[in-house]
Amino acid sequence: MTQAREDNALDLAGSQAGQAGARPSRRRRRFSVLTRRDKILLGLMVGFPLFLDLALIWGPALVSIGLSLTNWRNTQPLTWDNFVGLGNFERLASAYPPFWEGLKHNVLWFLVLMLIATPIGMFFAVLLDRDIKGSRFYQSIFYLPVVLSLAVIGIIWQLQYSADNGFIDAVLGFFNLPKPDWFGDPNINLWAALVAASWRHVGYIMVLYLAGLKSVDPSLREAASIDGANGRQTFQHVVFWVMMPINVVIVVITTIESLRAFDIVYIINQGKNGLELLSVLITNNSISEANLTGFGAAIAVVLLVISLVPIVIFLSWMMREDTSA
Amino acid sequence: MTTVTAVTPETKPVRSRRRPIQWGNIGVHAFLITMAVVWLFPVLWAFYIALRSFADTTLNGYVAFPSSLTLDNFFNAWTQGDLARNYIQTLAVVIPGVILTLLIASMVAYACSRYSWRFNRLILMVFVAGNLLPQQVIIVPLYQLYLALPLPKAVSDTGVLYDQLIGILLIHIVFQMGFCIFVLSNYMKTLSKELTEAGLVDGASVLRIWWSIILPLCRPALAALATLEFTFIYNDFFWALLLIEKGAKRPITSALNNLQGQFFTDFNLLAACSVLVAIPTIVVYVVLQKQFIRGLTLGSTKG
Amino acid sequence: MDEITRASQVSRREVLKKGLLGAAGLTVLPTVIAACSSAAATPVVTAAPVVTPVPGVSVTPAPVVTPKGLTGTVSLGSNYSDAIPKKAMQDMADAFTKKTTVAVTVNTVDHGTFQNQITSYLGGKPEDVFTWFSGFRMRFFAKQGYALAIDDVWTTLKSNYSDAFKVGSTGDDGHQYFVPIYNYPWAVFYRKSLFADKGYKVPATMDDFKALCKQMQTDKLTPIAFADKDGWPAMGTFDILNLRLNGYQFHVDLMAGKEKWTDAKVIAVFNLWKDLMPYHQTGAAGRIWQDAAQALVKKTAGMYLLGMFVSQQFKAVDDATLADLDFFPFPSLGNAFDAEKALDAPIDGFMIAAKSPAGQAGGEQDNARAFVGFLGTGAAQDIYVAADPSNVAAAKDADTTKYNALQQKAVTLIGAAQKITQFMDRDTRPDFAGANGMQNFILKFISNPSQDLTAFTQSIQKFWDSLPPAS
Repeated sequence: MTQAREDNALDLAGSQAGQAGARPSRRRRRFSVLTRRDKILLGLMVGFPLFLDLALIWGPALVSIGLSLTNWRNTQPLTWDNFVGLGNFERLASAYPPFWEGLKHNVLWFLVLMLIATPIGMFFAVLLDRDIKGSRFYQSIFYLPVVLSLAVIGIIWQLQYSADNGFIDAVLGFFNLPKPDWFGDPNINLWAALVAASWRHVGYIMVLYLAGLKSVDPSLREAASIDGANGRQTFQHVVFWVMMPINVVIVVITTIESLRAFDIVYIINQGKNGLELLSVLITNNSISEANLTGFGAAIAVVLLVISLVPIVIFLSWMMREDTSA
Repeated sequence: MTTVTAVTPETKPVRSRRRPIQWGNIGVHAFLITMAVVWLFPVLWAFYIALRSFADTTLNGYVAFPSSLTLDNFFNAWTQGDLARNYIQTLAVVIPGVILTLLIASMVAYACSRYSWRFNRLILMVFVAGNLLPQQVIIVPLYQLYLALPLPKAVSDTGVLYDQLIGILLIHIVFQMGFCIFVLSNYMKTLSKELTEAGLVDGASVLRIWWSIILPLCRPALAALATLEFTFIYNDFFWALLLIEKGAKRPITSALNNLQGQFFTDFNLLAACSVLVAIPTIVVYVVLQKQFIRGLTLGSTKG
Repeated sequence: MDEITRASQVSRREVLKKGLLGAAGLTVLPTVIAACSSAAATPVVTAAPVVTPVPGVSVTPAPVVTPKGLTGTVSLGSNYSDAIPKKAMQDMADAFTKKTTVAVTVNTVDHGTFQNQITSYLGGKPEDVFTWFSGFRMRFFAKQGYALAIDDVWTTLKSNYSDAFKVGSTGDDGHQYFVPIYNYPWAVFYRKSLFADKGYKVPATMDDFKALCKQMQTDKLTPIAFADKDGWPAMGTFDILNLRLNGYQFHVDLMAGKEKWTDAKVIAVFNLWKDLMPYHQTGAAGRIWQDAAQALVKKTAGMYLLGMFVSQQFKAVDDATLADLDFFPFPSLGNAFDAEKALDAPIDGFMIAAKSPAGQAGGEQDNARAFVGFLGTGAAQDIYVAADPSNVAAAKDADTTKYNALQQKAVTLIGAAQKITQFMDRDTRPDFAGANGMQNFILKFISNPSQDLTAFTQSIQKFWDSLPPAS
């Protein structure tokens, strides 16, 4: 297993076998070479970007937490009168049905990407990893949706799904089949949006996985096939496990993508009537005429807390990879 | 799934080496071609709609053979959507955005991965985690911050960061930085330690080592990231929507919003505009495909 | 002619007496005259500048507020993003520049974005003058201190607007903050040729209306085109049903939160809507109104309850199709509120942003005041409604002789109404009306009209009750 990991030349696995040895002593020595000026320069090289990162990302994230405890509307100066404690969260839980629906849809979004789109992408990658003609051509096509702006993707799928002008219902109508109201029926519109989202996600996962597969040591497969394993068995018992680092990355990406999902549903109908997602509810409450800044911030805090789960898992995994190498 | 695994040539690995032409391969190709058609269809359909006139689709419906094909929609989208101006706005953000993001990210990655100091890993994580946060989590305070941060009139005609291309540029750099730092620091870790040490012994400053030794060696990773970042920044419309007020200052992706009328929606025109908006990223992707995929491979936390 | 004139005067006086938003009480008259004169084909009359003397009210020609010595610029934030309105807006701005030499820079932002970000916009770096709506939406921002009081502009404009418009421009504090440019009615639209072919008659009562719907169904037509993908168009149906069933006062109080959504009267509205639902085009939740309008254009649907902007879809086809479009007011229910003839007739217009450069006393503020003053004249509004004939000008001195038949009828319809509302999302608080609020509730109702309406209205009321203080 260790052997396999080292053989996996994937950069993102951060394989550092070479440096493992005498690290602590080297560290001291290297620093001693640095002049005072060098240290200041290094400090600036990290310090300035770090300042920006804290000021524009982590700072606002913390301020969001503060705002979530207020009923501030952003039209008047914020005062202590605006403090409502956990009132926003109470309202979220008890008097705001879109919140639970949004949460449910985010989970569903994650499950579909994770259990359907991601495996399809992996499957495409496994197929294209072999020496088949036109592999590059297929890759280009499956990856194409990933380079498109979500604004463009929204229009493209509108042309497919629209009940009056869309391609799908026109074809169904031609064969006298029932024509579902893809965007309007709250029982199916989330699935319609998920098809569009998966269309994009599959290509993304395919490329990631393909890159991982390419870097798997061919001798491993050879050894497996000599042992009498067929292609599927080789993948199941050897390749998949060698690819663990990339598997983790894919799970993290899929989770984050499901939490970030926004553009497609926002373009379809601003995220209502069955298409509620947490990200959209934040936007609709705080960046809209409704202008419920504090309430929107409360939803943002929920999203923040949920997002921290995969982020922390990923970071601790990264840390372990780093030290175990 | 099952059908395809059944036709996988490797089920009989020994025979497959002897006989390269196989029914299994044909099955795989048939499957891949079918999927490719399914994948490509929505894009081709949009292109087809773009080539038809509004009058034609109104009269004959969208799913019909065309009475005539025309490029008018493209011309109209170009003028009505004010695309020329939007393209320029976009490039004014994307080009410096990509360059600055890579420069800054490479500095941080360099300082954190080539030198070991007390918090180098922690700081790397702060950057990476920041990149993974959903944008909605920070929008409200960020908006207020942009309104409050003063800028000299020479740089900003509004006197603040808000409604300035430079403001959009800044948030793009900060948000994309995390991803690039992650990729580049992993890449730099694979470079030999001796490089830095030899430089230091020779008396080169850390800045010089970064610029003349490390950056040139990172060229493949930088090229890959540049391709990726081009599409990421180009495709964004969320930040611009939020932080730019003047319609004329908005980037190309928001041109679609302008054409989606309140009273009158012409899907043919919208389809044409979508195609025009998509062309630059498709071109960049096709031309630089190799770098592109490599960039994704190098470090894959981009959400 | 006399009778018609007198009749419209009566309706006008009633509007003024009732005092509320009786839009364009006065514009009725010029139109009637214009209609008569064009029918009589008297070139002298049609050609004459339309300064219509009305007994008791002195109408002076547009008092254009152009103090001498204006210099510099003024900026306009506009949500008129469609091609035609955008150009019309630019033409008005150019006309102002021509008159005063003050250059106008127009910043056009697409309609949806403009509305979503209005609060941030007004609290941020707004343009001097911005386009907005009358109603709660206007008063809300006036109350927040985001708009400049323009009483002085109104001292000159007063004679050019009916009292109803003035009321619609006045904030809670009694000051004026808004200059109307036009309004338009919500009514039931249909194609004259279709009605003539099939021998349909315009229904006056609900029974006639239902009978007509049934007839259309047997004729294989969709009786009522319907679309609500964007969440707001179906609000118009609720408004008119509530106005007809429960009257103006109840509707206004409901919008203001003084009445409860759980009231049996509200449930009755939804029940009435449920009865009518079988006549509506199915799949409304996934359809944009433009596509529903296409059903009317293509004569697959017989009628469509919408604002007069529906005519833009007809104009896009050709002038003959536009000329075939007509409308009638939503039928009455035979109750005490029949006489109100109430309807939604939203007013659009302009305000001056307090946080813009014009918020500071000085040149730019003078320019902004002069600009909105100019926009309040017939001369300016003529330019607009000529380019975009789905509206009728608000100013009395606007030239109504060039109105098309639809515009003339709109003036009459609005003039005949004793009570006028703006529209649900303009009459109630925006956080209640928004995408995840009332828009969503109405979509939920449409997708399942036979649900438990008691529970349904309770969920609406619960949502209202959970909202934080309105300001």
